[in-house]
Amino acid sequence: MATPHSLHHEGPQKPPPSTTLPLRQHPQQQPQPTQQTVQALPVQPATGLRYPSSKKTIYDRNINRSKTAELSRAAFAYLFIEMIGYAQRRVKGVADLEKRLNEAGQPLGHRLLPLLLHRLPSPPPRPTRILPLLQFITTTLWRHLFGRPADTLERSAANAAEYMISDNEPLVSQYISVPREMGNFNAGAFVAGVIEGVCVGAGFEVEGVTAHGVAEQGGGEGGMWPGKTVFLIRFCAGVLEREEGLGKGM
Amino acid sequence: MVVFALLIINKAGGLIYNREFHSGLNKLSSNDLLILAGTFHGVHAITRSLTPHRWLPESESSPAGKATGIEVLESSTFRMQCFQTITGTKFLLFTEPHQPNIDAILRRIYELYADYVMKNPFYTVEMPIRCEKFDRGLDGFVKAKA
Repeated sequence: MATPHSLHHEGPQKPPPSTTLPLRQHPQQQPQPTQQTVQALPVQPATGLRYPSSKKTIYDRNINRSKTAELSRAAFAYLFIEMIGYAQRRVKGVADLEKRLNEAGQPLGHRLLPLLLHRLPSPPPRPTRILPLLQFITTTLWRHLFGRPADTLERSAANAAEYMISDNEPLVSQYISVPREMGNFNAGAFVAGVIEGVCVGAGFEVEGVTAHGVAEQGGGEGGMWPGKTVFLIRFCAGVLEREEGLGKGM
Repeated sequence: MVVFALLIINKAGGLIYNREFHSGLNKLSSNDLLILAGTFHGVHAITRSLTPHRWLPESESSPAGKATGIEVLESSTFRMQCFQTITGTKFLLFTEPHQPNIDAILRRIYELYADYVMKNPFYTVEMPIRCEKFDRGLDGFVKAKA
């Protein structure tokens, strides 16, 4: 089984603030773990920077160190369980839970955009048109996160501002069975948040990115891809106007 | 070769999963199934403490050599194999008496359990298992075997 590329622990950016990833901080990640008392902690400014025991921060590492690093699927699955559990303790309904997961994914997208652009063989400028941006998402981003490109990319026929990326077997919900009372919850909300982060980071304001489970046509249960998920990206009107302008200028 | 049914018993002896793959065994009422699970749990615990003396010192030092307790129950019409995980969850598999490779089947079922039950954020440990993907995985695996 191919292991997916690392979702976290990336490059040069600041380590994610603890609000984005509900990791319990290990004592050794705190500065001077043995002598430090609880009282002394507030003295440290809340920069989100953590010093490992080797005193080397994430900035001391080579930016491409984790380029080919892989993370075990199980490790991600267990971490993701905790993220969902953490989010679930603070929400009222399914929509709220998805929103929280979405928000947890956004900073990841924000930071992956410059990192992945930097790592491309001949670093192109930030994408300025919709299509290159979406292609960046479905190939570069997807390959980095999941080890393969997304399955399809479509433009909505009904609404020109809507684009759809579909994944037949999303890694995030691979092991998740949603109980009946949770209705249409889709763990892809986290990935939707990552996509939203990339879009907003690249200057494409979106009204929202949402994940919808669509079991393959011809019987949800017996379909080929029971976990198939569509990520619906709705761009703001301003983005479309700009796109039109750019199209004329070319 | 037929695999009849699978029961999963939690640490406390409660039945948390039961699934019939092939009809053939007489139906038990759900109450009887619970009693079977609880009774087996008790018998298993007692047989564990039956382990001959000379094995004990070794077993204390190495968890691998720990006394296992009852593993197989055989009748002329079916065979019941028990697989206990390190954490004390028990998998009972009912098969035909001459089913080969039961160990491999149980190991695979344990793998499915680890994937689709333990990695499911909506499952509470020690509680009854209601995971659609686990059901589907079991079906796929057992049907492919048959």
